Order: sequence, then structure tokens, then C-alpha cells
Amino acid sequence: MVTLRVKATQTLGNRDGRAASAPGLIRAPATGDTSRARIPRAPGMNRKKLQKLTETLTKNCKHFNKFEVSCLIKLFYNLVGEAAKRPGVAIGLDRNAFRNILHVTFGMTDDMIMDRVFRGFDKDNDGNINVTEWVNGLSLFLRGSLEEKMKYCFEVFDLNGDGFISKEEMFHLLKNSLLKQPSEEDPDEGIKDLVEITLKKMDYDHDGKLSSADYEKAVGEETLLLEAFGPCLPDPKSQMEFEAQVFKDPNDFHDNMNS
Amino acid sequence: SSFHFSSFFSETTVSSKEVDKNGQPLLFLSVPQIKVRSFGQLSQLVFAAKDAKLKEAQACIEANRDPVVKILGSDYSTMKEDSGALNILHKITNGDDVENETKTNIALLLKQLDLHLLNDTLRRISPQTRLNPVPVKDDTELLKSFWGKGEQSVLESTEFTSDRGFSFSDGCGEMRYVWAKPGDAEAPCVTCGAQGVLFPGGRTDDEGKIDYETKGEVYKDLVTFLKEKLGKFSENMSKQEIRFSEEQQKNQTDEVPKKEEADVICKAVSGTDKSKLEKNQINFGKSQMARRLEPSLNWRTTVDRKNRKISVKESQEEKRRGKLGKTRASVSSGRAQLSCKSVDKAEETISESSSESEEDEEPPDHRQEANADLPSEYWQIQKLVKYLKGGNQTATVIALCSMRDFNLAQETCQLAIRDVGGLEVLINLLDTDEVKCKIGSLKILKEISRNPQIRRNIVDLGGLPIMVNILSSPYKTLKCLAAETIANVAQFKRARRLVRQHGGITRLVALLDCAQNSVEPAQLSLYETRDVEVARCGALALWSCSKSYSNKEAIRKAGGIPLLARLLKTSHEDMLIPVVGTLQECASEENYRVAIKAERIIENLVKNLNSENEQLQEHCAMAIYQCAEDEETRDLVRLHGGLKPLASLLSNTDNKQRLAAVTGAIWKCSISKENVTKFREYKAIETLVGLLTDQPEEVLVNVVGALGECCQDYENQVIVRKCGGIQPLVNLLVGINQALLVNVTKAVGACAVEPESMVIIDRLDGVRLLWSLLKNPHPDVKASAAWALCPCIQNAKDAGEMVRSFVGGLELVVNLLKSDNKEVLSSVCAAITNIAKDQENLAVITDHGVVPLLSKLANTNNDKLRCHLAEAISRCCMWGRNRVAFGEHKAVAPLVQYLKSNDTNVHRATAQALYQLSEDPDNCITMHENGAVKLLLDMVGSPDQELQEAAAGCISNIRRLALAAEKARY
Repeated sequence: MVTLRVKATQTLGNRDGRAASAPGLIRAPATGDTSRARIPRAPGMNRKKLQKLTETLTKNCKHFNKFEVSCLIKLFYNLVGEAAKRPGVAIGLDRNAFRNILHVTFGMTDDMIMDRVFRGFDKDNDGNINVTEWVNGLSLFLRGSLEEKMKYCFEVFDLNGDGFISKEEMFHLLKNSLLKQPSEEDPDEGIKDLVEITLKKMDYDHDGKLSSADYEKAVGEETLLLEAFGPCLPDPKSQMEFEAQVFKDPNDFHDNMNS
Repeated sequence: SSFHFSSFFSETTVSSKEVDKNGQPLLFLSVPQIKVRSFGQLSQLVFAAKDAKLKEAQACIEANRDPVVKILGSDYSTMKEDSGALNILHKITNGDDVENETKTNIALLLKQLDLHLLNDTLRRISPQTRLNPVPVKDDTELLKSFWGKGEQSVLESTEFTSDRGFSFSDGCGEMRYVWAKPGDAEAPCVTCGAQGVLFPGGRTDDEGKIDYETKGEVYKDLVTFLKEKLGKFSENMSKQEIRFSEEQQKNQTDEVPKKEEADVICKAVSGTDKSKLEKNQINFGKSQMARRLEPSLNWRTTVDRKNRKISVKESQEEKRRGKLGKTRASVSSGRAQLSCKSVDKAEETISESSSESEEDEEPPDHRQEANADLPSEYWQIQKLVKYLKGGNQTATVIALCSMRDFNLAQETCQLAIRDVGGLEVLINLLDTDEVKCKIGSLKILKEISRNPQIRRNIVDLGGLPIMVNILSSPYKTLKCLAAETIANVAQFKRARRLVRQHGGITRLVALLDCAQNSVEPAQLSLYETRDVEVARCGALALWSCSKSYSNKEAIRKAGGIPLLARLLKTSHEDMLIPVVGTLQECASEENYRVAIKAERIIENLVKNLNSENEQLQEHCAMAIYQCAEDEETRDLVRLHGGLKPLASLLSNTDNKQRLAAVTGAIWKCSISKENVTKFREYKAIETLVGLLTDQPEEVLVNVVGALGECCQDYENQVIVRKCGGIQPLVNLLVGINQALLVNVTKAVGACAVEPESMVIIDRLDGVRLLWSLLKNPHPDVKASAAWALCPCIQNAKDAGEMVRSFVGGLELVVNLLKSDNKEVLSSVCAAITNIAKDQENLAVITDHGVVPLLSKLANTNNDKLRCHLAEAISRCCMWGRNRVAFGEHKAVAPLVQYLKSNDTNVHRATAQALYQLSEDPDNCITMHENGAVKLLLDMVGSPDQELQEAAAGCISNIRRLALAAEKARY
């Protein structure tokens, strides 16, 4: 049988606030905020600054509207939390915090893939995800077109960044994908075979490695191969849950709180 | 007793006075032994034993295992193995002495007696043809080997029990009960008794036990029974019989000689010399009576012993199969459940509609032989399935995608997936949370479920409920794939039922309700697909499901019809075909036809007739065919301009299925006169006549049906004649297809109305052909032929002479009055009316007893029959004393009641009949007594002139009689 990922027990949908005690968990807008403003306020930031940031980011972002951007910004600052107040530290999510989010919220389990996703978000390679990277990254993560996602996924799988997914990289990515069978003499035999199967399926130019063109052609024919070497995008279920929670209208939110 | 006087008595021994040449007494008794040395003494001894004769004889035989040696000397003990009597003779004739000669004679006599006895026994046994457990067991073994091989196998399962062993106390001596479930019928229960195979054998009664009462027919043996009862069985049986009879023979040769004895009797094969001689001795020196009894008794003992052995063996077998409990009681209760189940099954079968396809039958299930040459795909697929089983979702997706690269349309690949256990894994994947795995799995299942065997395997593995659940998934791609797979799987009854039982129909109907008003996103996300596609897949699945009656109802109840109507307005061919297909399937139900009219579906069906797609045209025409039974619908088809495309589609005859649908639609539409006029405008009649030759039967039925309707118009009759349509129509009268015959007779009848056509029909001997169709077993054909004969007799020249020329024809017609089908009776009455116009023929049918037969029919409520019956009576009054005879057979009183009917046609015919009958005074009295006068007086006021006249004439006759009576009195 297929080994299924362990489903995260804590989801975003907790309304009683208990979930907030979990470290790094995304929280909804602060409960003390009684303002009925269209745009929710982030802590430690004045409204003007926030509005400006929102507008800048919205302009550069294809897939989110202003409200959604503001929600994400607010969420970002909530997540960053106390760290934001400390002077001298770059504002952002470090690798561990981000991996935690990926694990808990988007159900990812593979350490290597999560590292790669972090790199995908961290465009400036400073080891921190700032608010711009956060919003842009999520834009692709949640709403990206197939082309965008293909580009992103290929980058995730291209471990050494040389523009090809080599056999070694595939082996590396797939090495945990099969249950170890005690009967088997060489445990890696199956993985190697799986790599060969994948190559046969996707390597159109028969050069023994996947170029970006190979990959895109294969995915174009069979969308299921988008995440061929491991889940690096949110699965549709957690994506829906995430969007439902984060983009909730604050007014609705209060209604829910009161009920 | 006789040898009292010729014996010496001592204290413990008795010896006879007679001695042989060596001085030994011929009879020597020393308790408890008795020795006899001559046949004479033996016969006396047996005679003295009186009641114990049989015992005595048995003891004698048991003590003398080798009678030939005893009688003829040890020389013969070595020879007896040689079966040929010639060998013995040869040996004997070598010696010259007298003793040898006598011995030769004795040997010859013995041989003769032996043969005589054997023949006699056989002659006695063979007419009874008693079954014994051996052949029954062989038969059941044989049947077992047919188990579970799917469609081509003759039996699905055969189970049997011997819960009541063979016993002497039981008169019938049942040996075992067999439940055979053949491929094409419900499970019959059979009792194999000593007398043969009984059917129906044991039914379950209230206590769940088996009813052993012997009822039903008795068959010689199991195979004969099955052959008789089940058509398919005999078909397949003949193919396999030879092989099995060979095997049976092989088995027999291994049996021990004692067992063989039973076989000798029942199988009528020659036994060994030894057994013959044994039997010879059994009967030796016994009365004729005892001799007659012995063989069957002997046989019975053998059977009893053997039967016990068999039942032990059988219970072991059943234990091994693990199907049934050890004890006999539990065996029989298991049977009871089984038969209950089969009853349920039968009920379900009835509920299914007739539109089931042949695919419903079980396909052959030939699994790959273990050591057959396996294609390389097999091993590759096996490897992929291994990764499916032991991989995480990433590996699973890769394996699934790779599996799709195989040619899944190819049977080897389909079966390979199944045989390596891939189906289980694919179905299990559907039960997980992984959308990608589900999509990948469904994409494969969708392809391989085109294979009938795989469909069944999917259902057996419980795949349908899971797929039905997926129909409510939030991901449209998943819904689509699940619906498409269901469309493939639901090609057979059981699957369709399962879809319904798990709420699939409601969910599928919900798929049709694609949000048409909502704006579709310009860009579809990963697992989304267009709403139209979802609806298309839903319609596709409904199309498959709609082949079962209950599902049609379920679709209607789920509100499917308005949704289908809405989808019909779209212009995607992919969508239209399944939608129209579903409608066409469902239109067989009255409810649907009403709804189709109400939802204005006809308009769109007509529109799609103009489509380019042949399949779509076919289904539209088919749907119109189904719906056009209704008059309003026929008018709608015309009003929406559907007749012209139908007529023009006639010219393309390559696609026979479409042609059948189109001609069907034309047939039904032409029931309306206005439509016929239109068809004539479009020159459809000519084209139809052209289609009378070289077409498959399903087309012919419709073409001829259409012509039959069109020829109700005089102009069309002329057209058909001018186009040379009469000849092919008459040629079709010799067919065997019932539906076709009904239509052909109608069409010929319609043509016969036109005198010139009638001449042609007469010349082609069409009337004789019609007349012979009166012998057709199907009542519809009979009736239709009789109706067609009416215009023929009316219009033929020398009709009387023609009718008389059919030998036995008139008797045949009169005898048809014994039918119990109202339509047949009406048509035959009409025919008799026409026949009776000729005086000579009327005389003949009177001789054949037409009067009592017509009189017997008089008590009917059917207005159509009343009308034609009254006409026939009125005609038949014209001969001899028929008027009086009708009165004697009490036809008058019921006729008077016809006047109370609401139908003027009945009134007219009745009044005319009464007028004829009133010529007889006794009838007048009966009429008067039954209140005819008042009723007739009302009729006189009718606007119908003929009715007026007849009623008045009748009254006048009654009145005249009354006056005469009055005159006579004074």
C-alpha cells in the first residue's frame, strides 16, 4: 500500500484559539482588535506604513487582490511575532520557522524538499524570508499558473541548480519513496529502477537527464508529473483550508468569534 | 415332503437313497451342512424349503463360488477365464467319452441359459431405467467440472446433497438433490431419484426444509433433464460431451468386478463370464418368480452399499470446499438459503427492462495459464504494481503514469494488471486522501474497464461504492474520471443495481446540474476542469445506467429530465450524444414520454437530426421512434420540421443502425395522417419501397411498418404498386421474424384494398401465404394475417373459388374461434364475415360448426369483438337453419345487451344481426323477453341510416309475430 503522509493534527481552522499555542502556527488577526476596518492591522506597524506596503506588493503581485495581500502581510507579521520588535535582526522567517509552517500547514514531510522550497521562496538567498518574498512566494504557491509552477518545481528538483535534473538528483529525491523490503538484497535496486522508469517516461531527448524542456513537455502531457519527485506544492485540501482561514473577511471573523 | 420316502435317516445325518456311480449319496445332510450332487435333488431340496427358498438358494450360491468347476470338473476352472464358448467346445470335443459329451451339452445349456437370463433381466430393467448413485455421481462430477467458467460454461455452479440417503423404506428412493445453476436461467432444484430425475425436485417449504414430494416431470437422467430444460446447456453440452464420456469410461475400467456388476445391469454392457455364471447360478433351480425378483434385488444391495460410500466421500468433498457444514442438517438449511437467494435474484431480473444488452451475460473468464508464455508487458506491469504497493505517493504517481504508457486498450495488458493484483491496489488508492493518486488510478481504471471481465472484477472488489463516493468530491477532474469509469463499468445489470443502491444516480444527476450561469475561470487550476466536461461525463454514466428499469425511475425521481432537457440545448456533440442516448433509453417508459413532451425536448431532438454526427442522428431518431407512439408528439415532430430530415436520412443506407432508427421514427410518425402526406411530398414512400430488399431485419421491420401505415392512404397504395413494392412485400410473408410478419401482413392487407394491387397479390399467391400465417404460433401474427385477409377476400376476383381452393383453410379459420386472444377473435370474425359472403363457403363453415363457436363468444365486453362478432353472426344467418341454430345456442340474449354499448358501430352491426335473427319466431320471443324492443326503438331514431333500417326491420318482425299470435288466439 501507499504510505500516506501523517496528517497534521492541528489545522488552521481552530476557532477556539487553542491552536495558537503551537509554535509557529498561523494565527488569525489579533483578538483584541475591535476595529471594523477593511484592512486588518498588523501589530507593531502603523496603518499608513501598512497601507503603503500593501499597495506596493499588490501592484507586483499577479494572483492576489489588495485584501488578500493585506491578509497575508498581517499573517506574516503575526508569524514573525516578537522577532520583529528586536532591533538589528532582519525581519523575516528563518529556515526553521518556515519549515514548520510548511510541515504543519501544508502537510509536507520531506526535509530535503522543504529545504528546497525554502530556497525557492528565499529569492535573495539571505536565509530569511521577508514580507515581499512571503507574498510573492505564496502567490505562486497558491495561485500560480501551470507554467509558473512548472518552473518553480523544476528549480526545486534541480538540486545543484545546473539546469538539469540528473539521475543522481532523482535518486536522491526518490530514495525514501519505497518501503524497504527485507527480502530485497539491494535496497537501492528499486529506487534505481524507479529512476529508470521516470527517465523513460520524461526524458524525451534521451540524454540521460531531464532538461527543463523535457520536464515541461512531460508535465504538459500528464499534469500529475508536476510534482514527480516529491510534493513541493500544497496539496489541494490544505490549500483550500489555508485560503479559507487566511482570507476570511474580518467581519465574518467577528461573527464567528461571537457565535 | 417328497424325499421323505427316498432318504435314509440316522441320528444326525440324512442321506438320499439315490447314489451316483461312485456310490456317494446324491443328497447328504449333516447339520448344519447339506450336500447335493444332482440337479434333481437340488430342485427337490429348494422346493422343500418352501418359504425359505430364497435363503436356501443364496446359501447354496455362497457355498459354491465356482459352480462351473463343481458341475463340469476342474478342467473347466482354467478355461472359464476365456470368455469364448468355442474354446470350451474345442477342448471338450477332443475327448470321446460319453461323460464329456454330456458335459459339453451341459456347458452349452448353461451358456444358453446364462444368455437368456441376462437378456431377460436386461429387458426387464431397461424400460424402468432406474438411476443408481453411480451414474448420478458421475453426472454431478461432470457438472462440477463446468463450474464457474463464466459465459461459455454451461453451469455456474452445481451443488448437491445426499441429505437423505438411499433407503428401502422410501418408495422413491431419492439419492441426492442437485442444485444446478446454469448460465442462462435461475437455479432449478433437481431430485435424482431411483426413477429418474425429477423436476422441480425439492422446493423449500416454510420450515426451510426441502419438500421431497414427487411432483413434476421425471427425466431419464440428469443430463437429459438439463438438455431438455435449458437450451444453452444442451448447446454447450454437445461441445463437451465427448470428452467427458471418454473420461467416464476410463473411470469405469478401474472398478472392482463386484462393482462392475451394477454397471453391467444399468449400462447394458457385457459383463465378464464370471458374473454371468454367478447370476446363472443364482437363478438356477428356482421358480420363475424368484428368478424375476433376484436381479433387481441383488442390484439394490450393491447400490445401497455403494451409496453409503459415496455419501461419505461427498461430505468430505463438501468439507474441503468449505461451503457447507458437516452435518446433513446444516447442509439442507444451506440449500434453503441458497434457493431463497436465487428467488431474490429472479425478482430482480424481472424488474430489469428489456433493453438490456447482450453484454449482460457473463463473459468467459480465462485467466492466464500459470506456465503459458507471458508477454514482456506482464513482467513490466508486475514490477509497476510492486511499486504501487510499496511506494509513497511520489513513487505511486510515477508508477501510475508509467503504467498509462502501456497500451491499456489491449487485453493482455488489462488482464496482466488484474492478474498481478493491480486492480486491488488501484481500487484501494481510490479510498485514500491523495488526489493525485486517485486521479492516476481512475485514469487507468477508466481505460481497462472497457474489458467486460475487468468490469466484473472491479465490481467484485467493491470498486463501485468508492467511485460513487468520489462523485461528490470537490475536484471536478476526479468527478469526471469517476463518472467515466462508472459509465464503463455499469454495462451489466449487477453493476447498475449497485450504482443505484449506493446513491450513484442522484449524484450523477447532480453532475448534470453544472452551474451554467456562473462564470468559468479563464484559467483552470490543476485539478479543475470545465463544468461542461463534468456534465458530459455525468450524462455518459447515466446513459450506461439507464439500461435498467429501476435506474430510469431513479433518474426521473432525481430530477434528471429537466437537466437533460437543458443540456440538450447546448451544441457540444460530445455532450449531446450521451444526453440523447440517455433520453432514448429512458423513452421506453411512459413517464418519460410524458416528461419529454412537457420539457419540449422533441424540438431539440429534431434540431439535432440535422447534425453532422451519425451517432447523434441515430440516437435522436431512436428517441423520436420511442416517443412517437404518442399522437401529440408526432404532431410536434412535424411542426418542428422533423419529417424532412428523417426522409432525407433514408437515402444513406450504409449505416444500418442509423437506418433502423430513422425508419423506426418514420414508421411511428406515419401513424398520423398529416405526417403521411408530408412523407409523400418528400418522396419518402418511394425510398421506403427501395429499402424492402437487401436490408437487415431490424431495418425491414420498420420499413414495412412504415409502409403499412402509409398505405392506409389510397394514393400511397398506388405509389407502392407503381414502385414495384408488392412483390418484395409478398416475398417477406415467408419470413419467421414475428415483428416483421405482423408488419408485413398489415402492409399487404393495406395494399390489398387497392384492386390493381390485389391482382398482383393474387398472382403472387399472397393470399395463400397470408392464410398459412394463420397457423403461426404467435397470436399477433395470426390476428394481423386475419385482418389482412379481409380486404383480400373483398377485392379478389372469384373470391369464393379462391377461398375454397385452400385445402383445409376454412376449417382452420373456424377453429381459430377457439382462441382466447381478443384481437385474434375479432380479426377472425371479420374474416368470417367476408368468407360468408359466398354461399358455398358459408355452407362449408356451417358444417365446420361456426354457429356454436360464434355463439360461445357472444358473452363479451370487448366492443371491437362485439362489432365484428355481430357482423359475422348477421352474415352467417343467411344459410340454412343457422338463424334457428344461433337461437338454440343462446346467442340472441347477449346480442340484445350489445345495444346498451356506447359504440355506434356495435349498434349498427348488432341491429343488423338482430334483424337477421328475427326472421325466426323463437328468436323474436327471446329478444322481446330481453327488452330488445325498447332499445331498438331508440335506435330507430339514430342518424345512421343502416342502423335505422335494421332496427326498424327487426321491430317489424317482432311486431308481425305478435300480431300473428294474437290472430291465432281469437
